[in-house]
Amino acid sequence: MKEKKFEEVMQDLENIATELEKGELDLDQSVAKFEEGMKLAKQCNTILENAEKRITVLLQDGDDLKEENFIQEEEE
Amino acid sequence: MTYNPISVTQLNQYIKGKFEEDEMLNNVLVEGEISNFKHHYTGHMYFTLKDENSLIKCIMFKSYTSHLDIVPADGMKVMVLGTVSVFERDGTYQLYAKAMKQVGKVGDLRAAYEALKEKLQKEGLFDQAHKKPIPVMPKCIGVLTSNTGAVIRDIINVSTRRNPNVVIRLLPVPVQGEGAAEKIAAGIQLMNERQLADVIIVARGGGSLEDLWPFNEEVVARAIYASTLPVISAVGHETDFTISDFVADLRAPTPSAAAELAVPNIKEVALKINAYQNRFEQSLLRKVQLMKLRYEKCMTSHVFTEPLQDITQKRMVIEGKAKSMQHQMQSIFQKKQAQAQNTILKLDAYSPLKTLARGYGIIQKQGKVIKNVVQLQPQDEIQIRMQDGEAKAKII
Repeated sequence: MKEKKFEEVMQDLENIATELEKGELDLDQSVAKFEEGMKLAKQCNTILENAEKRITVLLQDGDDLKEENFIQEEEE
Repeated sequence: MTYNPISVTQLNQYIKGKFEEDEMLNNVLVEGEISNFKHHYTGHMYFTLKDENSLIKCIMFKSYTSHLDIVPADGMKVMVLGTVSVFERDGTYQLYAKAMKQVGKVGDLRAAYEALKEKLQKEGLFDQAHKKPIPVMPKCIGVLTSNTGAVIRDIINVSTRRNPNVVIRLLPVPVQGEGAAEKIAAGIQLMNERQLADVIIVARGGGSLEDLWPFNEEVVARAIYASTLPVISAVGHETDFTISDFVADLRAPTPSAAAELAVPNIKEVALKINAYQNRFEQSLLRKVQLMKLRYEKCMTSHVFTEPLQDITQKRMVIEGKAKSMQHQMQSIFQKKQAQAQNTILKLDAYSPLKTLARGYGIIQKQGKVIKNVVQLQPQDEIQIRMQDGEAKAKII
């Protein structure tokens, strides 16, 4: 299954919140939605927390592409 | 009579003074064509600037010539900024040039820009419908710009500030000069072919129209249009509009702004997610409270608090009805009984037995009661009924 885009997950969160807030679901459905929402929120947070800063520079050598950490040159 | 002439030097000095007093002559921008151009070995440039009807001598000192981004030549149309002053030795005035820009070429560039813009617009390269949305949370930002200078530094600074865990891939490209456009276009293609990023920023700092020119070239425009990865164009200052800006999925006024558009503020996103979690919790809590309230309301209903009340009430009604039924039956019975007794008494009064008891008899012939003598003939057999029985008799 294709991984859901972040914005799609955010949209899902919004939908779940709206539906829950309407209060029309019965208790079982509400609990199910709540659990689903919390799971998604946790996934989002995991995405945010697990990213790791990386600034690289791509160097082309013919057809080869090398990736190195980018160290900014001091300004003259 | 005494004459009081001044010297030639004095005259020229006077004229020079007049020139220097004039603000316009001190800072004049003039357009014309170069002729008699001489780049003297001392480094100064001597030339004349002319139009159809007139000319003026010009000189540009060595200290200014190093700033030129063109090589002046005869026939070149230029715009010169400088001061008009008097060269006392020769008694001539000339333009002391401080800066010079080529006019015709810029005009050509402007025309080329307009032509390409119109052409691509007609082809639909700027259509809003073709523009792709910029991902909210790109995993990797691809940046095409020079690997030195303020642009990449600004992008990294802004991006890192918004998301300390940002992932940036810089693909260094020349951003001005010959061949830059082709390299930029190839860079965009490479990013797409190898899926090196989720969004591409094409950036360059401010500069003249010539400096920004690669971003006005068709090859770059087409590469941006063909890109399946969303492209943010951030070329020059806020007031510079390049063809790239029009084709790109999003135009950022500056490279820093491009970083802001591409990189979400992680704190804001985290807050947003947190807000959702709160909303979920609040909603569920409210739901539970509501259910509890409903439950409590149900439980306070007299059905639950006094479950027998209803039954007792109903039983009382039934009993009441039964009692009233009994009463009615009794009263009907008594009424009927009284009626019956009355009838019996009457019946008793009229009873033939009573008459018989008094000594009367009843004569019957063939079962019929005989009330008149004419009904009887001699020899008729009759029955006489009396108080205590019957006797048969014959009429004589």
